[in-house]
Amino acid sequence: MASTETLDDIKARVKQVTPAETRAALESGDAVVIDTRDAVNREDARIEGDHYAPAGQGASEAHSEEFAERVEQAAGDRGRPVILYCGAGNRSAVAADVLTKDHGFKDVASMSGGLTLWEIQGLPVVTPEGMSAEQRNRYSRHTLLPEVGVEGQLKMLNAKVLLIGAGGLGAPAALYLAAAGIGRLGLVDDDEVDESNLQRQVIHNTERVGQPKTESARQTIEALNPDVEVVEHRTRLDATNVIDIIRDYDVIVDGADNFPTRYLLNDASVRLRKPVVSASILAFDGQISTFVPFEGPCYRCLYPTPPPAELAPSCGAAGVLGVMAGVMGLLQANEVIKLVMGIGEPLIGRLLLYDSLGTRFTELKVRRDPECPICGPGAQEIPESEMGKFPDYELFCAG
Amino acid sequence: MPTIKVPPVLRPQTDGEAEVQVDGGTVGEALRELADRHPATKDQLFSPEGDLNRYVNVYLNDEDVRVMNGLDTSAAEADTVVILPAMAGGAGRFSRI
Repeated sequence: MASTETLDDIKARVKQVTPAETRAALESGDAVVIDTRDAVNREDARIEGDHYAPAGQGASEAHSEEFAERVEQAAGDRGRPVILYCGAGNRSAVAADVLTKDHGFKDVASMSGGLTLWEIQGLPVVTPEGMSAEQRNRYSRHTLLPEVGVEGQLKMLNAKVLLIGAGGLGAPAALYLAAAGIGRLGLVDDDEVDESNLQRQVIHNTERVGQPKTESARQTIEALNPDVEVVEHRTRLDATNVIDIIRDYDVIVDGADNFPTRYLLNDASVRLRKPVVSASILAFDGQISTFVPFEGPCYRCLYPTPPPAELAPSCGAAGVLGVMAGVMGLLQANEVIKLVMGIGEPLIGRLLLYDSLGTRFTELKVRRDPECPICGPGAQEIPESEMGKFPDYELFCAG
Repeated sequence: MPTIKVPPVLRPQTDGEAEVQVDGGTVGEALRELADRHPATKDQLFSPEGDLNRYVNVYLNDEDVRVMNGLDTSAAEADTVVILPAMAGGAGRFSRI
């Protein structure tokens, strides 16, 4: 391409065809249609019946004989009609120009407007199994990310995440997990929406005051993303139900409001080898860590003994800055997403502290406790018959 | 002079101070100095026998002192001693503690 030439010059010179003409030619067999985009875009959507010859960034590969040979192989010979397409009609135009000028092709056209115009005009595309056209659009900002892609999005759509508590932490976490397309969200909470919750539990609203929190959350989630199935567990987690409830999920978000539940959840999740993303907030501070059984420490490794009441007031007593719920709940959602997709570095063996007054993050190392009664090498092996039996954690915490 | 980071829940006992500079050569000495300066923290941090309470986690910089030398771990001038209690938040209606 001469340096003084513009894309418009090239497009004016190259034979252009519309998406409708391309479709007609494809169906009648009058032309071979070739996708010139990068491989990652091809995974997203393509024209059925097409062939593939990537032309490279800015059609840089079009100059190579390799590209010409791929096109020739698809077309049969360099005289047969070929229509190139790309995302917007630019790369294909440059590539068509190169094929004509430098590689001896006789009849190469570029589809004007690319696949973008094709889809706008309602023409059908082939999408990978598992995602509809609406989903492809909805999650496009995810699938554009190389670390996510269609593959990662499908993992999220097939994931089952349980949230203990649909309150301060559960609310923002559930909202963003739903937005991300986590296919099934379980919510464990037996509480009702109270006006004092609305300062931070943004999944609820004024109209829902008095409603069960799980029902309110479900309504918000369904309106946000119909891809998400919400399972309401209108109960509190206890020794009689914890195994049955957590068993069907892949990852658990701990937003419990008391220590006995946290210790019980830890015990059960280690037994069933379920990862738990655990956070807590109070006043202007938050803590978060991710517990993956046997890969890193468990909650009991970090806190072998619960604190006495005066060292652990509730938010109802001491207060909490509303945004803290959002910051920490979203950090939890972030952890869940990384675990589900298997990307990045979850907070395994790391305790992240956030101080919102100073806007400071501090990271502390958490080690597996060799003497941990839950996950240590000396911990009791629990046979299947004893799976549902737990120590009295209320007593443990009252201790 | 190592710095002790006081968690919010203990700050009422340190007259609101979030960071306290101490002399102490070890973590134990640093914490005892804190307890001397602010006697209300003594029972929160130490058992009657003088050991660190099990429910209080103490870190030297980012490492739990339990995996180092416990209270005998050296605390140098540029070090930070972090006191960390567990939190469980909650709207308060069902806290069992």
